[in-house]
Formats: sequence, C-alpha cells, structure tokens
Amino acid sequence: MAEIEHPKPFADWETRAYWEGCGRGEIVLQRCGACSKVQHRPRALCASCLSGDIEHFVASGRGQVYTFTVTLQNNAPGFREACPYVLAYVELEEGPRLLTNVVGCAPDAVSIGMPVVADFTAPDRDLAVPRFRPA
Amino acid sequence: MTLSGNIAIAGVYEHPTRWAPDKSDYQIMGESARGALEDCGLGIDDVDGLFAAGMGMGVMGVVTLAEYLDLKPRYLDGTNIGGSSFVAHVNHAAGAIHAGLCDVALILYGSTAASQAMAIGTGGRGGQDAHASFISPYGLTTVGSYALVAQRHMHEYGTRPEQLAEIAVTMRKHASLNPAAKMRNEISVADVLESRVISDPLHLLDCCIISDGGGAIVVTSAERARDLAKPRVLLRGCGEAVCHQETGAPDLLTIAARQSSEQAFRMSGLTQDDVDVAAIYDSFTITLLVTLENLGFCKPGEGGAFVEGGRIGLGGALPVNPDGGGLSSNHPGMRGIFLVIEAARQLRGECGPRQVEGAQVGLVHGTGGTLGVAHSGATLLLTGD
Repeated sequence: MAEIEHPKPFADWETRAYWEGCGRGEIVLQRCGACSKVQHRPRALCASCLSGDIEHFVASGRGQVYTFTVTLQNNAPGFREACPYVLAYVELEEGPRLLTNVVGCAPDAVSIGMPVVADFTAPDRDLAVPRFRPA
Repeated sequence: MTLSGNIAIAGVYEHPTRWAPDKSDYQIMGESARGALEDCGLGIDDVDGLFAAGMGMGVMGVVTLAEYLDLKPRYLDGTNIGGSSFVAHVNHAAGAIHAGLCDVALILYGSTAASQAMAIGTGGRGGQDAHASFISPYGLTTVGSYALVAQRHMHEYGTRPEQLAEIAVTMRKHASLNPAAKMRNEISVADVLESRVISDPLHLLDCCIISDGGGAIVVTSAERARDLAKPRVLLRGCGEAVCHQETGAPDLLTIAARQSSEQAFRMSGLTQDDVDVAAIYDSFTITLLVTLENLGFCKPGEGGAFVEGGRIGLGGALPVNPDGGGLSSNHPGMRGIFLVIEAARQLRGECGPRQVEGAQVGLVHGTGGTLGVAHSGATLLLTGD
C-alpha cells in the first residue's frame, strides 16, 4: 500500500490554529470560555451559545476508533494508489470525533474500540495532517 | 384551513430514459414537464411556481431553467439539499400554494450522470477550501461515508451482511417487474456477498446504480386537482431535517429521518401501521435499513431482522420501492423525485404487475448528502383519493 498522496490542507484564519498545531505534532481543539463546550471543527464562535470567547488547547492525541471502513476503491488520483486504506472516525479522549485514517497496521487489524494515538504526516513547512496509529 | 389534506399531487412523469448521451439535463427536464402536464391535463401556461435542483445547474440553475422553458413564474425555489431536494420541494410547494403564493407548482429534475461517466460513489478527491480540508486529506468517498454507518451498525447491533444483501435482492426482484428499470436480472444474497467489496462492509451490489434520467411533479390545491385528469394524491403530512457532524460528536445511527418523519406523522394523524407502501431513498442497502429504523417502522437495531423474510417485498407487510429503487431501477445522481412519482402512481393504482394491491397510504422519504458526514432528510405522507 502506497502512502496517500492527498491535497494539502488549506488553513484560513478560523482554522489556522488547528493546522499549525498539527505541524507541531499536536491536536488542538477549541473550548468556549462562556459555556465550556469543546468543539471541532474550529470556528470563530461557539456553535452552542454563539459566544466569541473561544480558547484553544492541546488535546491528548489519544482516542479510540468509533467506526471505520477499509476502502478498496477510490478512483481519485493519489487515493487510487493507496487502496486499501482505512477511513475512520476516531473519538478523542476530549470528546470530539475526527474523520481520519488509521495507519501503522494492516487494514484488517483495525477494529471499533481500538485505542489509537495521533500520528502526523511529515510537516509541509507549517502544516501537517493528523492520522492515527494503534496506541 | 389546515395544509394537511388540502394539497394534491396532480400529475407525475418519470422519464423513461436510463441512458441519454444525446440529451441535455434541461432537455430531460423539459420532456418531463411535458409528460407531467399531459398526465394531469394542464398546460405549461398554467404553471406559476417552478422548483428544481440539479448536479450541474449552478447556483442560479432554476433561473436558467425558467429561461429554457420560457417561463415567468411568480414563485421560484432552487433549494438544493441533495437527493432529497424534490421531496422537500413538494413540502415547499405545499406551503406556497397554501399561502396563495402560487397555484400550480412544477417540480423538475434531469440528469445525464451515467453518460457523462460521473464517478459519483468513488471519485471524490474533495475540494480545497477551509471546510473541505477537514475531509479531503482522508479519501472519503460516498460509498465510504455509508460504509462508516454500516460498520457501526453491525458493531452495535450485530447486523449481518446477509441482511443488507436481502435489501438489494428485494429491490432487484421489484425491478424485474418494471419494464423501465435499468437492472432487471434477478440476483441472490450470494451474488451480493460475492460481488467485490468497494468499501468494507459494502459490496458493489450494496450500492445504487448510476443512470441518466429525470422526472416531473405537478402540485396544486386539492380543490383544483379535483377536476383534473387523474385521481388526486393528497398530501397529509410533511417534514424536513438535517443531520451533520455537529461540533464533533455525530451519532451516525440517528439520521434526519427521525425528526422529519415525526413531524410528518404528527401532521397527518397517521401512524406507521397505516402505511401500505413506502418509497425510501436506497442509495445503499444500509441507507434503507437505518431509514426504516429512524422512520419508526422498527426499533433502532432491529432493521436487519425487519428486512428479512420478504417483509419489504411486494406481498410483504411493508412493500418498499416497488419500482426497484436506486439499487436497480435508476439513480441519476439525485433520486428524490422518483420516490414521489412511484408513491403517487402506487396510490393511483396504475403500476401493473408491481402494484401494491389496494394501496391507500404512502410514505416517501428522501435522503440527501451522505449519512456519514452531513445529510438532509425529507418525509411526505400521502393518501389516495
């Protein structure tokens, strides 16, 4: 299986802290200063109470597989060559579920509930893409 | 005066084509408009509300469509919430007619998804804006999105691949009775399980087909429909909903159908037990299974057992998609319009060998987008006259 050759993330001012965190090897989440709700994906305000008082914090990077699929067919260049690859939702210890890939093990070794830890692709200058590998 | 019972689907038309490399999307819409207006005995000059959505229509598509048909309606609706759009259009048309904003609503769809070789299910590389960047690095396909739901359903409830396969087998059996269906050769559970895996646990035959096609619906007041050519199909209840990743904690097994159908049932005064025939979006076998649960036909987790033993087949307790659905009849990218058309024709009793005997109450549910990431749902409850 080849590495996925994927589009590079585009960071705007709302999402920059997240992608720059990935570049440092960290999962950065948002917490609302008004209602304490943790949210992902990042945005300029709290989607629960609409407060603009948003703080960023570094998450543990640990979680477990919520669900996954071994993808055998994707005709898009960069992904076609990487089949079979594992697409998954990983539930972080802090709550949010991230759409991601599970790497670092055979696709048929992945199971729901499996503990995983964040693993980052080689940073492209400032940004990197988070994936997860068995913990 | 309540909306329920006072709005009617007066005319419908399903374009017979499944492969139309020589037609434009707009041509298919125009031919479908002609068909639906002939069906109910109205003319194009009677139309004063225009509703459409499409995959290649652009942000002002309904305006381009009005120009193509040389129409100057007084009500326009280009709502695009994915494949469920046309079910939602019936809902919107009902509201507009009820409020006096238009009298005769024409809802259109046309697509050449197949002849343009769109890789709808497995082609996505994704966009590159700030929103798409959270998805596009990971190789999410449409099939993959639904596979995430299927895997979770199997984990939580022990749902088996054979149960999903039975849905595909049932839809194919129905399609064998529909001369217009694209795939008419009957298949077995083994055929489904032996077809290649696209995105585990979904096989090729768990996935809808890709075809060309289109259709049209004419909606008007129940009063006006009384004097038209065909028996009326009355709208009893409707609802819409959306489900998405929220702020990071999607419950992939509770889908928009839960909310939209609760409103539709409440509005109609009907219950699940009253429904004689259902037209439910079957982009994948898992779509139909979780939708049946969320519509309240069975409890969460019981969908696998529910679809066994021919229950959703013709002659079963709840026949679903007698036309063969998206799994076997047609799926030109967005399929919601065909759900409404088939339900209406079933309630008019004109479906020949695939007719559900004595069908009086029909349920329509469309899903748009992808269950695994973000989607919309729209439900209608309809009765024959």
